Amino acid sequence: MEATNTSIAKTTPSNPPPNVNQSATPSVDITESDSGITLLADLPGVSKDRLTIKVEGDSLQIEGRAEIDVAENIELLHSEVRSPYFRRAFTLSRDLDPGKIEATLRDGVLRLHIPKAEAAQPRRIEIKAG
Amino acid sequence: MFGSYQAAGSLFPEVTWLQQQLEEMFQPAGVSGIRSLARGAFPAINVGTTADSVEVIAFVPGVDPKEIEITIERGLLTVAGERASDPSQRQSGTNAYAKERFAGKFRRVVSLPEDADPSKVNAKFRDGILQVTVAKSESSKPRRISVG
Repeated sequence: MEATNTSIAKTTPSNPPPNVNQSATPSVDITESDSGITLLADLPGVSKDRLTIKVEGDSLQIEGRAEIDVAENIELLHSEVRSPYFRRAFTLSRDLDPGKIEATLRDGVLRLHIPKAEAAQPRRIEIKAG
Repeated sequence: MFGSYQAAGSLFPEVTWLQQQLEEMFQPAGVSGIRSLARGAFPAINVGTTADSVEVIAFVPGVDPKEIEITIERGLLTVAGERASDPSQRQSGTNAYAKERFAGKFRRVVSLPEDADPSKVNAKFRDGILQVTVAKSESSKPRRISVG
C-alpha cells in the first residue's frame, strides 16, 4: 500500500513546532509482532492536546510539549529534563500501513500500534485438493 | 546541596555519552530508524524553588501513582516505586527493536534545602509527572522590613 500523508493529529496554534536543537528525545520501546509494530514512548507531562503525531511519506513524527504547573518565579536548582519539548521521528518501512495507526496516551506514555499492510502479514496458504 | 541524588548505575557512561555524540553527529536531529537503539537515571528529576516552596518534579511516565512511595527523612526526599514492563514486551513471538524505557524498581533521593519544612508536603500526579511541593519554613521566607 502506498504511504499517504496522514495526519492523525493536527498541529494546534498553541503547539508551535519546537526548535529541534532544544527538544528532548523521548525514550521508546519498539516491538514487532505478526500484526505490526508497537511503539511506546515516554512523554511525561504531555497531554493529548499538546501531542502531535504526523505521518508524511515514510516518516513518522512524534512531537509533544510537557506542561508543569509551577509558579512563574520559580528558580531552577537542578534540572535533568532541560526542555519541555519532545521530538522524535522514525522512518517507516513499506510493509507497514501508516493509514491505520492507533494511538493512545495515558499517564505520559504514548502507545502507537502500526499495523502491517495486509499484503505483508504472514499467512498460511491453503492447498486445495486437486 | 543537590549532589546527593543517585545517578542510575551505568558501568560505561563514557560509551553511552560517545554513542549519543555519534548519533547526534551522523543523524539528522531527533531522527532514527524505527528499529534502532539509545540511554539515563529513572526518574529524571528537576528541582526548583519559589519564595514559598521547594518544588521537586519527578518524571515518572507510565507509573501507577498508587505505586509511588514518597518519604522525607532528615532533609532527604526519597521517591521510590516500580514501573512494570509492558505486556507487549513479554509476548512470545515478538521481536524487540528498541528497549530504552526504564522497567523495574526505582529509588531516587533528593537533598532538600535547609529552609524546607518537611511537615508541609503536598504531592500531585498528572500525565506522568509527580510534583512534590515542600513548603519553606516561615522564618526563611523573604520579608519586607519596613524602616520605622
